[in-house]
Amino acid sequence: MGAPTLTKLFKIRGGVHPDDCKLLSADQPIETLPMPELLHIPLQQHIGAAAVPMVRRGEIVKKGQLLARSQGAISAPVHAPTSGRIMGVGGYPAHHASGLSVRTITLKPDGKDEWRDNTPPVKDPFTLSPEEISKRVAEAGIVGMGGATFPSAVKLNLRKRYALHTLVLNGAECEPYLTCDDRLMREQPSEILDGVALMARALGVEQVLFAIESNKPEAQAAIAEATQAHPNITMVGLPTRYPMGSEKHLVQTLTGKETPARGLTADIGIVVHNVATALAVHEALHHGRPLISRVVTVSGNAINQPRNLRVPLGTPLENLIEHCGGYKQEPARLISGGPMMGQPLPSTRVPVVKGSNGLLALTQDEIQAGHEMPCIRCASCVQACPCGLVPLEMAANIRAGSLDNSVNLGLLDCIACGSCAYVCPSHIPLVQYFNYAKGELASRQRMQHKQGETKRLAEARSQRMEAIKKAKREAMMKRKKEMEAKKKREAEATAAAEAQA
Amino acid sequence: MNEAPLISGPYTHARSSINRTMGLVMLALLPATLFSLYLFGWPAIFLFITTLIAAMVAEAISLRISGRPSRPFLLDGSALLTGWLLAMTLPPWAPWWIGVVGALLAIIVGKQIFGGIGQNLFNPAMVARVALLISFPLEMTLFNPPIPLFSAQAPGFLDSLSITFGNSDHLDAISSATALGHYKTELSRGLSITDITGGTDTLWQLTTGTAAGSMGETSALLLLLGGLFLLYKRVITWHIPLAMLGTLALCAGIFHLIDPDTYLGPLTHLMSGAAILGAFFIATDLVTSPTSIRGQLIFGAGCGLLVYVIRTFAGYPEGVAFAVMLMNACTPLIDHYFKPRIYGRDSKGEPLSYAEKGGES
Ligand code: SF4
Ligand code: SF4
Repeated sequence: MGAPTLTKLFKIRGGVHPDDCKLLSADQPIETLPMPELLHIPLQQHIGAAAVPMVRRGEIVKKGQLLARSQGAISAPVHAPTSGRIMGVGGYPAHHASGLSVRTITLKPDGKDEWRDNTPPVKDPFTLSPEEISKRVAEAGIVGMGGATFPSAVKLNLRKRYALHTLVLNGAECEPYLTCDDRLMREQPSEILDGVALMARALGVEQVLFAIESNKPEAQAAIAEATQAHPNITMVGLPTRYPMGSEKHLVQTLTGKETPARGLTADIGIVVHNVATALAVHEALHHGRPLISRVVTVSGNAINQPRNLRVPLGTPLENLIEHCGGYKQEPARLISGGPMMGQPLPSTRVPVVKGSNGLLALTQDEIQAGHEMPCIRCASCVQACPCGLVPLEMAANIRAGSLDNSVNLGLLDCIACGSCAYVCPSHIPLVQYFNYAKGELASRQRMQHKQGETKRLAEARSQRMEAIKKAKREAMMKRKKEMEAKKKREAEATAAAEAQA
Repeated sequence: MNEAPLISGPYTHARSSINRTMGLVMLALLPATLFSLYLFGWPAIFLFITTLIAAMVAEAISLRISGRPSRPFLLDGSALLTGWLLAMTLPPWAPWWIGVVGALLAIIVGKQIFGGIGQNLFNPAMVARVALLISFPLEMTLFNPPIPLFSAQAPGFLDSLSITFGNSDHLDAISSATALGHYKTELSRGLSITDITGGTDTLWQLTTGTAAGSMGETSALLLLLGGLFLLYKRVITWHIPLAMLGTLALCAGIFHLIDPDTYLGPLTHLMSGAAILGAFFIATDLVTSPTSIRGQLIFGAGCGLLVYVIRTFAGYPEGVAFAVMLMNACTPLIDHYFKPRIYGRDSKGEPLSYAEKGGES
């Protein structure tokens, strides 16, 4: 399948136009946050299996040194964001709404910020084979930095199973408030494009589309200028609409093709990567630096000075807030990520992880929380849904307890973008219903799996017992036979002896 | 381990609420309402106010009985709007109790019995109107020509009180038929349309509202303006109004072409009666219309067709209320069969597949 030539953009269904609130932080250049007193580096900052710790308490580590290795096909290693002493490997509250304790390495920086010396950068990474590039990306612990945190190397390896023709760079940044990708594109366009070119090489694709929403004209200009050095990369301006940054909708906007349900964009020959990820790839391949820091937008009307900060992974969020001048007023809600799909934060003690693109402190006026009323069937949610679902009916079914019906209505095709709940005049927390139902279904599936597994184990056990019994029986028979044979022989021998005597 | 977060986003919200939606609809109705109140004078004003108050009281009592919090529900504006729409469909000089009975029917039978806001199958105002029409055919069909407020023949304040609240035969003296009613009676006497119209420019009267009729049947132009405002504010979409008016015009056009002497032209159909009010304010009622775009087109077309059929072939001169209620009854069915196509799936719900997928072994 050849690469489609690009002439126009295609329309996607639904979507909403939230106030983008980007002006709060868009003009703040990226600033490096001073090293905090302690870093709390979780072993799982990605989708997949948690990394396995390779260091012990008391050990001295260098900046960039491997702290925990990846395990299994889908996983990512974790590296030391700075030099210092390992204070322990234990539980620490997760960067997650639940605030549950997760396995975390605690590192006390020594203030020297000394790099490991065993990282010989490759002269020209473009001479590396695609396999070698994705191997290095994997070793650098790079994951999707738009918030999805899927290990990037796994996505680079899709060329093995799919006929790919296009790499799409997702610079939509459609979530309100967030400006970290915007700033990166403005400040480091050539580094980003270098990373993009390396990813294109790893994927074996010819065409690269760099898509940026039209509310970021400076970023568009910077990238467009930088693409002059890369004839195969084209900058494409996108209309500003949420959720333009959803992979499948972005691809549809660019190519007019829908990704088949339950499939990947790779099914139609396209892989999507995030801007910050591309920069991380550049850093890893040119400078041998693993992913140990990221840019976080700290914003919201409750924050004194909204900023874009480059933060070592593992930094407690309270340090970021403090650096931004603290709160103007007590925030009504603290959010990790954007306001549409982000998660509420249980506390500001939790650390920055690879997927944290935003830290928002929102006021009551910004969150516009309303009193939940009954559904008035206004169909706003139906019009807003980019996936063609009927949210009001799914929610009604979930409320009535018929999860299966809601699945038939397309629950599993819901991307949890929140457009429906955003527009609902009755302030019904639709996404909450959907997340609850998805969680419930998953745990049912696990239960079923567990029951099946138990049954299988029980059967295996009884089979084993059976086998043991049989073996015992057989052994007994054999012994009996042997005994008899022996007796017979002895009897014969005695008889013979007697005969001789 | 349950991975669903305890609370889910989004943590921002469009500035939308039920109050806002209802408020915008009322705002859209305001110009036409004020003009009609002016045209029909004090009796109309009394009836209008009585109906609204009755609707609010009925809502308050229902909420109390069903044990729901009164404040958020009473103030959501839905009961007020129902009363308002009902008042628009009453003969302006009808006695007060028509308004009160209508409001009680609308709120209690039309809405609260189904479980309150959002649960009703039929448009509450139309339930009330149809019930009134069947129970009190006389009072519901006595229309008076517009006598603008402060004009010479207009009844004074006290006279008006007695028209609305007293026992007055004032109305019988001056009653006149609505345009559609007039056509219907005359046609049944065997006259042709040109004879009936007799050259007077009825269409203009209908459009500007200086013809006899209920408050919402007059001043099609102002109602159209309100409808366009609702479209602009995205409270409604164009699908239902356009499908409804388009179908009505199409049917009228075809029959008018076949026999212009027996069948009224499309413009007269559009501008007379409650066609505009129905298309923009009643058929589009959020609760009782389908949710998908295709469903809305079908719903609108069905309304238009039924309005034409009832007006032309059935015993009643006007059919918007019946038509909308009949289509309301079809809404669950339409919603079931016409859902939007899900992203990444074909219209049957199967995942899309591309012929040349390639590469996948
Ligand atoms: S959250 Fe799900 S149902 Fe709601 S708009 Fe997004 S995809 Fe549609
Ligand atoms: S937006 Fe809210 S009130 Fe409107 S139909 Fe959807 S769920 Fe119901």
